[in-house]
Amino acid sequence: MNNKNLNNVVIRVNKLSKDFGRIKAVKNLNFSVKKSETLALLGSNGAGKTTTLMMLMGILKPTYGEVNILNYNVFTNRKMISREINFACPFIELPQRLTVRQNLTIYGHLYGVENLSKKIYKLSIDLELGDILDIRLRKLSTGQKTRVSLAKALINDPKILFLDEPTASLDPDHADRIRTYLEDYQLKTSATIVLASHNMPEVERLCSNVLMMKLGTVVDEGPPKKLINQYGRSNLEEVFLTIARTE
Amino acid sequence: MFLVIRRIYAMLLRHLYLFLCSWPRVLELVYWPFLNMTLWAFLSKYLAENSNIFLMASGVLIASVIMWDTLFRGQLGVTLSFIEELWSRNLGNIAVSPLSPYELICSLICASFFRTLIGVGGAGLAAFLLFDFQFPNVGLGFLLFFINLLIMGWALGLAICGLLIRFGLSAETLAWAALFFIQPLCGVFYPITVLPEWLQPLSLLIPATYIFEGMRLTYFEGIFEMSLLLKAFLLNLMYMFCGVGFLLLSYSYARKHGLLLGSGE
Repeated sequence: MNNKNLNNVVIRVNKLSKDFGRIKAVKNLNFSVKKSETLALLGSNGAGKTTTLMMLMGILKPTYGEVNILNYNVFTNRKMISREINFACPFIELPQRLTVRQNLTIYGHLYGVENLSKKIYKLSIDLELGDILDIRLRKLSTGQKTRVSLAKALINDPKILFLDEPTASLDPDHADRIRTYLEDYQLKTSATIVLASHNMPEVERLCSNVLMMKLGTVVDEGPPKKLINQYGRSNLEEVFLTIARTE
Repeated sequence: MFLVIRRIYAMLLRHLYLFLCSWPRVLELVYWPFLNMTLWAFLSKYLAENSNIFLMASGVLIASVIMWDTLFRGQLGVTLSFIEELWSRNLGNIAVSPLSPYELICSLICASFFRTLIGVGGAGLAAFLLFDFQFPNVGLGFLLFFINLLIMGWALGLAICGLLIRFGLSAETLAWAALFFIQPLCGVFYPITVLPEWLQPLSLLIPATYIFEGMRLTYFEGIFEMSLLLKAFLLNLMYMFCGVGFLLLSYSYARKHGLLLGSGE
């Protein structure tokens, strides 16, 4: 790897392992993610995707190995790194009694966002939240909540965005808009995205690289098209099923 | 430093927004301290008419109940502010954000201060307006009593937050019940000499014991005993250190065992 490529690496994972008692949730992961790349973590339930995401974000301590983000160890420099990353997952909720604007204001302050009102306004336009900005979250539909969660994840213009099932429970129209927005966001900001998803067409569309995980290990990796060709299948879903059902 | 203050401000804003849109929460804040004070004020009035000792130190029971509420609300302010994050399943988002555990602790303490000020301050004002109640004039003495009670409440509250991180909402009952376990021991309404002898050494380990003794001494003897305040303060320093330490250890445990994203379940 030449120097230019080395400088482009924003996430470097080295011998990453996590045990929960006797259960080995993640075993000896090694990979790196370059700037502007979108990496997908794919695998069946229990493959270790969310555990890996948590370790990448520094909120779960590995049993062994290390994660470097922007050339800093994520555990010893978490405070600095946390300003450069953000996270969205429809299953981690925001306070439901507060309005969309109040939630975004709180997280804007937490991430030290400049010109916060302007930023909230811009996000509300981009993610079509204008009409619901002053409505409490608990009154929103699941799809609207997902967009709010994404707005929270983009409030600090993160250099690295972690997404866990970002379009789960969205209708095809809104899911497509979100994907388009993520593509545009990446194009404009050169952000890196790490995504855990079960939606194969989404992964094929958004991701430049895929890590296929099974029982805590990476069983294969590469660009979606390469994997499809390699397994002689017609799409990523078939590749996924082949890997998942192989003993 | 500006960013640290901004993050703490963000967490306070979160609680302010919650109160602004939830009147039952505001009502709860002042309801119990007011009710408690009223009950004891009437009892106090009755006892003063029938007992020389209460006639001598009119207001001692109201002072006791207001000070007890300061301790209780101080503890509850910390734990309830934290429990709000578990109820709303928001801890994962906070854990990923730049808010450090120390800043979280500061925000919980500030939130508790304002909650207690509103709740107990309201009850104190009502006691003054309805029952002509006033604390004895001993300079800053009573203010220092109150500060010590708050510190003790915060220390216990932070330790309970540690348990909440470790065990989730199954430890929620502790938030309401923990302090009542020590209430009989710290002599809120009576001197600890009425306790069995074997229990008295335990009482002496509780900072509030010295505060309530000091308060009664001021009422009955007109003396403000600095040494009692000092003992309470030294014990409080130790408990605060333990409370903060326990919460930080629990946070570290949660990071090791992956409890931060799943909290609340």
